[in-house]
Amino acid sequence: MTIADLPPRPRVGVAPELLRTVSLTKHFRLGGFLSTRFLHGVDDINLAIHEDEIVALVGESGSGKSTIARLIAGVYRPTSGDILHRGRSLRGLRSRRDVLEYRGRVPMVFQDPYGSLSPVYQVSHGIMRALKLHRRDLSRRGREEEAERLLEAVGLVPARDFLGKYPYQLSGGQRQRIGFAQALACRPELILADEPVSMLDVSVRIGVLNLMASLRRRERISFLYITHDIASARYVADRLVVMYGGLVAESGPVEDVLAHPKHPYTQLLLSAVPDPRAPISLPEKTEVSEPPRVINPGEGCRFRARCPYAIEECSRVTPALRVLRPEHEAACHVAASDLEGSPGLDARRRPAHI
Amino acid sequence: MIANATRPLLQVKDLSVDYLTDRGPVRAVDRVSLDVAKGEFLGIVGESGCGKSTLLFAIARLLSRPAEINSGEIWFGGHDMVTMDEDELRHLRWRDYSVVMQSAMNALNPVMTIAEQLADAVGAHQRMPAGQLKSRSQELMRLVGIDPEHLRSYPHQLSGGMRQRAMIAMALALTPDLVIMDEPTSALDVVAQRSLMLKIKQLQREFGFATIFVTHDMSLVSHFSDRLAVMYAGQVVEIGATRQVFADPKHPYTVGLMRSFPSITGPLQPLSGIAGSPPDLGHPPSGCRFHPRCPQVFDRCSKEEPDLYARDHDLVRCFLFDPAIER
Repeated sequence: MTIADLPPRPRVGVAPELLRTVSLTKHFRLGGFLSTRFLHGVDDINLAIHEDEIVALVGESGSGKSTIARLIAGVYRPTSGDILHRGRSLRGLRSRRDVLEYRGRVPMVFQDPYGSLSPVYQVSHGIMRALKLHRRDLSRRGREEEAERLLEAVGLVPARDFLGKYPYQLSGGQRQRIGFAQALACRPELILADEPVSMLDVSVRIGVLNLMASLRRRERISFLYITHDIASARYVADRLVVMYGGLVAESGPVEDVLAHPKHPYTQLLLSAVPDPRAPISLPEKTEVSEPPRVINPGEGCRFRARCPYAIEECSRVTPALRVLRPEHEAACHVAASDLEGSPGLDARRRPAHI
Repeated sequence: MIANATRPLLQVKDLSVDYLTDRGPVRAVDRVSLDVAKGEFLGIVGESGCGKSTLLFAIARLLSRPAEINSGEIWFGGHDMVTMDEDELRHLRWRDYSVVMQSAMNALNPVMTIAEQLADAVGAHQRMPAGQLKSRSQELMRLVGIDPEHLRSYPHQLSGGMRQRAMIAMALALTPDLVIMDEPTSALDVVAQRSLMLKIKQLQREFGFATIFVTHDMSLVSHFSDRLAVMYAGQVVEIGATRQVFADPKHPYTVGLMRSFPSITGPLQPLSGIAGSPPDLGHPPSGCRFHPRCPQVFDRCSKEEPDLYARDHDLVRCFLFDPAIER
């Protein structure tokens, strides 16, 4: 095993901010034009991604994690709130050039490597196309050289052989690497990776996670890694954001969140992860899990129906994120602060992620 | 029914299943032998395409063209499953064994309520007055942890976890001896998954049925199965007591699988997974099928095919455990 294969350690110090969402909200209208039923995809998301950082977004299906990625990618328009890329609002992207430029900086890699590559084109097609669009500086010869370099960067060697292959000649893991190579062709700053390993075989998943870690290390690319698998999030990410019912339940440095989960949902999630290395413990009580209400949810904590610690306030007031440990915040009325001094008040005044 | 004390409930001997394609037969299950005792929980793990689902379908006699059993025997409670015709199988299905599929959304009928579907399954085997059927249905729903109110619901009105529970309620309706499950939790998030696994285990303790549980997620069955079979490219490569396999995995493939998933506890360790990808079963590698990916490969591996060798109560298909070359 080489150094390059080692998972990254959480870093100290704050790198410049790359992308920030400001009270980002997306509601989907259900039914007809006059309908008053709204599905709250995500509500009031304030998320910052820094240079050279991997942020993992975890949560169950329907928790809004893919919605955030699609908002950032510009697939959806926000209902309210904003997205700032290096301090510039995406609302200011008017010209085709600006839009193309942004999409090149923040490309997306999709979940299904079988559906995201066209079966009728060779591997070279997608990569060359991306290079033609986003790398106007390169000559034809330069593009070919760059395409080979990209395939080598994602671990597909000999690169020349892979360029001439069709998707059906590739395994799932190799296809997903092509997806990363296409994203790399745009010289990205941030790759939005939406469940990039969940459809791959268990034995090849870790290779793709290691690829993400090495791209961050060698090419200084940040990632928003979306997953339902909290163990894989721990493996590659610096910061963990746990979503529940369209809201951020908890966020903080990965190891700190795992060691000191503050939100009852995070605690439940961690207790449910099957871990063969842990001693056998079969609790007698089984929790019946019901999905949260996200259609016209109204006020109150969305986890309250399942929460063992719910108090009266939880059904009246939606809890705001509070800093409870250094760089670690949770949206819960009940969770206690571990910070020194007067816990509640000081913590509430601190701005997020600073 | 059924099995007398000395014979296992289910015996699979040298079972081979072929898919008949235009380019000749592709062997998806290759000489698999397994026993399942009464009340036992057997986990079968492997990657996609390793033949685990085909094996289940063969055992349940649910294969359809182009797949067919090429050779081997399946004995279930004294019945020779391979030679039985559909008419005879009809009497065993639901009553003596049942199957829970991966996707309940596709397995349940979308235009019938849960109550109607339960009544359908039960009614095919047992005459039951309407009142009794209703109370039995309610009892079943409570057993799997669904409000009996949902008997009047259609499948789309239930959450993914509830649909899988409804499937399990149907599978248990006639208290079978064997419940065959094909990745029943793979569409669920971890919280729902754990809650369903605990439910299955609790019901199993209560009713004593045996379970064959197929999954690609080794960690999922680690706390639930009594024995574990690991499949690779159509073959069983290791089988043994679950705790033993986890504590001391022997086949290099099993070792590789164990090193493929990160943990949320303990120190963060670099992982490597397994190089390469599973083979095309149309052209399996010569000798040991794992040899092109194996970190411990040596000369003999590409030339001869290893047998299953006994070691510490496990069976391992690898020359490293061949007693003949014991140093």
